[in-house]
Amino acid sequence: MEYKMQIKNLNLYYGKMQALYDVSMDVPTNSVVALIGPSGCGKSTFLKSLNRMNDLIDGVRIDGEIELDGANVYDANTDIVNLRKRLGMVFQRPNPFPMSIYDNVAYGCRVHGLNDKKKLDEIVERSLRGAAIWDEVKDRLNASAMGMSGGQQQRLCIARVMAVEPEVVLMDEPCSALDPISTMKIEELVSELKKDYTIVMVTHNMQQAARVSDYTAFFLNGKLIETDETNVIFTKPNNKKTEDYITGRFG
Amino acid sequence: MVDKTTRQEYIKNLAEVQAKVIEMGIAAREAVESAMKAFIQQNKTMAARVMQEDDRIDDMTIDIEDRCILLIAKQQPIAHDLRVIATGFKISTDLERIGDHAFDIAKTAYDISQNAPMKKLEFFYTSQLGDCAIEMLNMAIEAYEKEDITLAEKVCVKDDEMDELFAKTFFELSSLVTNEVARAQQITELLFIARFLERIGDHATNIAEWVIYLETAERIRKTKK
Repeated sequence: MEYKMQIKNLNLYYGKMQALYDVSMDVPTNSVVALIGPSGCGKSTFLKSLNRMNDLIDGVRIDGEIELDGANVYDANTDIVNLRKRLGMVFQRPNPFPMSIYDNVAYGCRVHGLNDKKKLDEIVERSLRGAAIWDEVKDRLNASAMGMSGGQQQRLCIARVMAVEPEVVLMDEPCSALDPISTMKIEELVSELKKDYTIVMVTHNMQQAARVSDYTAFFLNGKLIETDETNVIFTKPNNKKTEDYITGRFG
Repeated sequence: MVDKTTRQEYIKNLAEVQAKVIEMGIAAREAVESAMKAFIQQNKTMAARVMQEDDRIDDMTIDIEDRCILLIAKQQPIAHDLRVIATGFKISTDLERIGDHAFDIAKTAYDISQNAPMKKLEFFYTSQLGDCAIEMLNMAIEAYEKEDITLAEKVCVKDDEMDELFAKTFFELSSLVTNEVARAQQITELLFIARFLERIGDHATNIAEWVIYLETAERIRKTKK
């Protein structure tokens, strides 16, 4: 199997408090990996360490390795802007910029120096189509993104990430602020996206992990308790704690 | 508005369960047909082949069950979707039993063919039962495939015909046993085949009842006369 990312013995500390303990995990290419576990288990911390978003927090210390295509993202010579382009991120609450739909999607490309109108038009259309929202917005690309519904805003944010052609998409509870139909649309989109991208998704919703992911990782108290194919985790998990959690015995 | 593209993978998986049930239905029907052919033609090779094929039908049950279990574990099926899964379990069990009965018929045909050839008349009633069972099975599978409740109801009606035919066959063959004591064992084997065919009719009726449940969520249970 081909792995897009390999995490080796990752420990993470917020000051004196240790948040992740010796986490090792592989992320297979073109798959969806779901991270599940109760609040405070470390799953979001783990996700944010993949594209070094934790660097922004004071007092964070990390040891271990996170390899992207075999290169450690924590190497001193890593270009962080480029890293975050390769690992795009979608957040819990849709966070469109207060500008037009078109400008939201084109934003990343412009930041990276692309100003050719024709090319930008192509990228905007391709990204919006890829995020399954083109048909809903094609006639109002110049309208403000702030007037869209939550579900549309979230798909716009996914289009914005796709516009800069990342390799991995990190999603931090992307549906927690959405209604059930919008949630289903995002889930459907995730299944489509994995053809071209590798996806790591934090979710509080175990059923969502079961529905959309190929692999599931269960975190508890900063430790990776178990990771396996989703088919296995949801039918015969190896660890009693995993079983207790997914069956709602605790958490 | 619900986007028609949502849950495509899940919808595909549900359709696969139904396709597998139909595939298994056809395999079970073919097994019964071949078993009856082997019996009527007293063809040992064909009988042996039906017996070997039974493993394949058993594997199909396991495959359908595994698919259903995964869908329950991962997709939270409800309403018609849930009934596709529930009936997937139940119908595959009925089909597996039909496969077992095809095996039993083939085995009996194999044993019978070791003895002196049978007289044509002795085949008469049993082969009529065979035709009836196969027709019921055909109708039940078609009703499932086309989600046709009317056809499913016809299977339930046909089961009465099957029961009458079985009663008649039982009477005729029992009389033969009294008249031809020397061939009592062979004729008793025929009685067994008749019973297996009657049971196949019952399983076909069960399938038809599951089709009705699948489409209407109504539980109907045919009471035996």
